[in-house]
Amino acid sequence: MTLDKLRPGNACIVKRLTAIDKLGRRLMDMGFYPSLSLKVIRNAPLEDPMEVEMDGFFLSLRHEEARFVEVEQK
Amino acid sequence: MKGEKTLVALAGQPNSGKSTVFNALTGASQYVANYPGVTVEKKTGSYKYDGGKVEVVDLPGTYSLTSYSLEERVTRDFLLHEGPSVVVDVIDASNIKRNLYLTFQLLEMEIPIILDLNMMDVADRRDIRIDTDKLGKKLGVSVVPTTIKKGKGKKELVMSIAYLSGGGQAFQPSRIDYGTMEPFLREIKDKLSEEKPISEGYPLRWAAIKLMEGDSEALKLIGKKRSNPEEFLEFVENERRRFESEQNEAPEHHIAFSRQRTADTIVRACVKPKTKNERPLSDRVDGFICNKFLGPIFLVAVIYVLYYLSIVQGYNLTSYTWPLLAKIRSLTESIMPEPGFIYEPLIRSFSLWFVDSINALLNYIPIFFILFGLIAILEDIGYMPRMAFILDRIFSKFGLHGQSTLPMVLGGIYVGGCAVPAVMSTKGIPDERSRLATILTIPMLNCLAKVPLYVLLINIYYAQHKVLAMFFISTISLLIVLTVAKLLTLTVLKDKETAPFILEMPPYHLPTIRGVIGRAVERVWLFIRKIITIVAAIAVIIFALLQFPGISDDRNAYYNGEKEKAVGIFYKKIEGASYADRLQGENLMALVLYWDKYKKAKMMAKGKEAVKALNNKFEEENPVFFKIVQPKKDKAAKKVNKAFKKLFKERRKLLREIKKEKIDNSFLGRIGRYLEPATQWAGFNWRVNVALLSAFAAKESSVATLGALYQQEEEGETLETRMEKGESGFTPLHALALMLFMVLYPPCIATTIMVKIQTGSIKWMLFSMFYPMVLGIFAAILVFTGGSALGLSGLEVMFVFYSLALAITVMMGFVKSRPETI
Repeated sequence: MTLDKLRPGNACIVKRLTAIDKLGRRLMDMGFYPSLSLKVIRNAPLEDPMEVEMDGFFLSLRHEEARFVEVEQK
Repeated sequence: MKGEKTLVALAGQPNSGKSTVFNALTGASQYVANYPGVTVEKKTGSYKYDGGKVEVVDLPGTYSLTSYSLEERVTRDFLLHEGPSVVVDVIDASNIKRNLYLTFQLLEMEIPIILDLNMMDVADRRDIRIDTDKLGKKLGVSVVPTTIKKGKGKKELVMSIAYLSGGGQAFQPSRIDYGTMEPFLREIKDKLSEEKPISEGYPLRWAAIKLMEGDSEALKLIGKKRSNPEEFLEFVENERRRFESEQNEAPEHHIAFSRQRTADTIVRACVKPKTKNERPLSDRVDGFICNKFLGPIFLVAVIYVLYYLSIVQGYNLTSYTWPLLAKIRSLTESIMPEPGFIYEPLIRSFSLWFVDSINALLNYIPIFFILFGLIAILEDIGYMPRMAFILDRIFSKFGLHGQSTLPMVLGGIYVGGCAVPAVMSTKGIPDERSRLATILTIPMLNCLAKVPLYVLLINIYYAQHKVLAMFFISTISLLIVLTVAKLLTLTVLKDKETAPFILEMPPYHLPTIRGVIGRAVERVWLFIRKIITIVAAIAVIIFALLQFPGISDDRNAYYNGEKEKAVGIFYKKIEGASYADRLQGENLMALVLYWDKYKKAKMMAKGKEAVKALNNKFEEENPVFFKIVQPKKDKAAKKVNKAFKKLFKERRKLLREIKKEKIDNSFLGRIGRYLEPATQWAGFNWRVNVALLSAFAAKESSVATLGALYQQEEEGETLETRMEKGESGFTPLHALALMLFMVLYPPCIATTIMVKIQTGSIKWMLFSMFYPMVLGIFAAILVFTGGSALGLSGLEVMFVFYSLALAITVMMGFVKSRPETI
């Protein structure tokens, strides 16, 4: 499943990044990598973007971008 | 290191407290410039240590060192080509793992590194225990724990820099084991060392990693140095492909993941995670700040307070600073040659015009200062990313970006902003397409200077519906901005680079007074330096356009005749009065100036005491003139006073007529008339054209020019009544077309300069001037000609137009723009 499908409160482990180029680069630079565990914290008031936590670090990204992160729900 | 100069660079990820470290090290000796050819700011400062000078460069905060963003490219180029003797890598002690990702990349560049573990207090508070010695050994660098905000660790940091730049080396820097990629890296390294020039300038291993990563800039840079670039790049491409097929993983993924995993291993070994498993305070606060219902309410409240403090209170503040500017004006007035009865010396009118133009801008400085200070506070606290988080959904639908929020607020999302700081603040938007769309559209929001014209027109033509009309004009601009932004995104900006949204939500911080004031001063200074000079130049041009070719000799003779007539009447009236002989020849003009000066001074004087002092001063200066000005019970003086008042009024009338005729006759007036056949469809006559043309230098000018064009017939008549009388054919429909044109009016000179600075291109600057003009005239024609044809009233057209704009905006929100490149 992909990260954008998760709801606030769900936790997961990253399996794979399917984006290349700019988005892939940015996801990697911002700390996404396989085996990383993260948690969806909240959605924005208008549902998009979403906010996730990874090791005490908080990040917001659009659902459209989260689609390229394959995860396994915990 | 006596007498030597050392170059130190500060690197680090955003929100690691890098600027605080920079401020602490360099104190007040800072200098801001741009990196050559790009809009990225370069901050330089220095300090003295042991008799030597240490120069510190604050590199842009970046998460990584690839060639995807401008900041990263700038940082990398600096490290490669400027050869700093030490790089201080500032990292957030409470978030070591993700910061190490950058550290590894710095280490690979083989520059001596000091790890500044900053914000130790935050880590302590969160109960994160760090074994700094072990961390240092694992990484092979010296680690200095600091809490720079409280001054802790600064001494150690400075000493560490001195030691390392003096040639001392604490450890052997460690390197990341890229596992299955190592054989590939070796092969590339071997290939690289075959030809000598490559090994000069670039560390071999770094070059090999970059090539395997497929970094476009690195490929270009290194390929260029080979005798046979095509063959070499093909070799690299083959290696990359071979790795991917053998390992089933893209090489760039492998590299990034290895870095992240190594960071994870190191942190596990050196950092004892917090024992208390509670949510961080910032996250709990975000529970409210980003809440579905409270979030938007809080956002509106923040924007309101920002407006209230800067625009409302800042404007109040200008009533204290304005007298200073007025002093400059009166000083200029006093050193210039005195005006004649009906002629003003050219040098005098030019100097006053010039001072007025500059003052109009300088008057905004208190507002800017407060505005920039408040923004610095919001930035330091960390509210900006939250703002983007809340509004990105809406803005992204129109081709804008969550981070367009701040520029929109500054530009006057409701009423009363300024496009100059707004365009300035677009710098942080990472997405080039949205950034350009933001820059090109915010000038259409309602800046402070557009408001006087709205108020004037609404007071005359929508007096019954003031609130409604004001609401219309304040919100229609936002609808137009959204629609136009989307249209631009779909057309001229279609092929511009986009960037992912992905944004860090940093922990909240308390801002420091020094940081806030420092940045406010810095930005105000930038405004003064870059804008004022050009505005001054344009003021000269507009002056010439309004002043020349002037009045014909015939008309001059006519005005002279009028003057003689008025003076003759005056002398006749006072004949026989005891003061008459003292008012002959030059004395008459002297009295005119005296009278004028007295009236002006009296207007400024407040309170009985001040008036008394003033009277004494003037009486001392010239007792005879004073008697005429203040005749009291002196009958003869009273008679002269009465006659002189008439004369004075006559002179004022003549001066105004001459001014009007000068404008009528001026180049600008001719252009206005020349444009009339076209603009009449929008309901603009030549007078309105002239007012609009003169508004190009600064929008306030529109009302000032109208003021000059519609003469005062009776003392104290407001511009409202004058305009109503002067334009008897004008209807609310005319006014509506004019107001809409003002919304869409091209940005003022100051803003266009800022557009040039932020886009780095004259082409975009010209575009930003040209397209609103076309759009504005189109909208005005649509409203005026369309409304007249349908026989609708101004108010009706207002409703129709608003509904139409609303419908189009909503529709535009659903149009899909080109999908992001993935």
